[in-house]
Amino acid sequence: MANSTKAKPSYLATLTNGIIKENPVLVLILGTCPTLAVTTMAINGLGMGLAATVVLICSNIVISLLKKVIPDTVRIPCYIVVIAAFVTIVQFLVKAYAPALDSALGVFLPLIVVNCIILGRAEMFANKNDVISSALDGLGMGIGFTLALFCMGSVREILGNGTWMSGASWIGIQNGINLHWENPIIVFLLAPGGFMVFGALVALVNFLTKGKAIKKKEFGCEGCPSAAACKAAQKGGCNA
Amino acid sequence: MKQFAIILISAVLLNNYVLSRFLGICPFLGVSKKLDSAFGMSVAVTFVMALATAATWPIYTYILLPNGLAYLQTIAFILIIAALVQFIEIALKKYIPSLHAALGIYLPLITTNCAVLGVTILNLDEGYNFAESMVNAVGSGLGFMLAMVLFSGVRSRVDAARTIPKAYQGIPITLTAAAICSVSFMGFSGIVDGLFH
Repeated sequence: MANSTKAKPSYLATLTNGIIKENPVLVLILGTCPTLAVTTMAINGLGMGLAATVVLICSNIVISLLKKVIPDTVRIPCYIVVIAAFVTIVQFLVKAYAPALDSALGVFLPLIVVNCIILGRAEMFANKNDVISSALDGLGMGIGFTLALFCMGSVREILGNGTWMSGASWIGIQNGINLHWENPIIVFLLAPGGFMVFGALVALVNFLTKGKAIKKKEFGCEGCPSAAACKAAQKGGCNA
Repeated sequence: MKQFAIILISAVLLNNYVLSRFLGICPFLGVSKKLDSAFGMSVAVTFVMALATAATWPIYTYILLPNGLAYLQTIAFILIIAALVQFIEIALKKYIPSLHAALGIYLPLITTNCAVLGVTILNLDEGYNFAESMVNAVGSGLGFMLAMVLFSGVRSRVDAARTIPKAYQGIPITLTAAAICSVSFMGFSGIVDGLFH
């Protein structure tokens, strides 16, 4: 975009922002619950990422279109209704076309509705920007989320199960790769492995960016999408 | 009585919401820096979980299901929870101001807490009846509280450590500490069989 100014980033910058610079999982540490829970297999991470991406793009577009209609005081419930509607649609699509993925994701498929990333992008981006930017922002954030989940799922599946991309018949991959390990490290498939691999990946991003990425972000109110609506944030944070 | 005890113990220890089911990770990482805020947040979550289950279970069973509206589950539940949290806040402010002062700041955060929506959906997925659902909701809340309180202790020790590698400081070391807490909870596997069979 030749005519882009500092105030309005180009479409390309909007798109790549979510993939690298503000990766929702590894830099902003949002959407941690699905990240930890569904990434026991690479394909589940990919499926969860794609489902969330669809919801993210659609809800960003609709919220951006409705930004002048939605009254400011009740905007959070309005966003939740829009997001919940798209989550229900995605739930039906997954149930119909990828039943294996549906049973693998379980309760985390309907829980996309409370995924911090989606409400966060609605609040921080879609209600301030035009439709095309919002759609691209949704796409970029979705790709960033999907990539992070896919990486994490790959690490956990390879170390914990000795396979890669198994169970992916719904995207046309029949058997995946079997590494024929005698003793895979099963703990990586269990809950502790999720925390450990997530911590290691965040540390790796920290290391590669020399700590620049994480510095600005600490857990707590700024990281929470309801921060703007939350009275605690204005009083100096939940820990105050 | 036995089935209630089994549900309660599995919800608190075996399938701990935070450390083995990965629900409610945001408050687990965000509000666990101090013991008193960790405790206040968990009391508020337990309270809302119980009330949300008390509201969503009858609505699903007696209104949505008989009318063929089960597909509205996600939308209906999140709206019920959002309205309920708002209502609790108003009611507490008016009638029990002391409790509002203690829990008030945590309530708005709970609307988008996946542990609350998760417990209402899981109760129906498991096919629990109303009493079992309520026991599961309270048990899940207590499990959340146990994890929060334990982890706030762990975290204050981790924050005091001075020899953490630079890349691991902050979020990564907190997650690694959570992994070790989670390993300790794996020690409870088999506790239900051991106690009741």
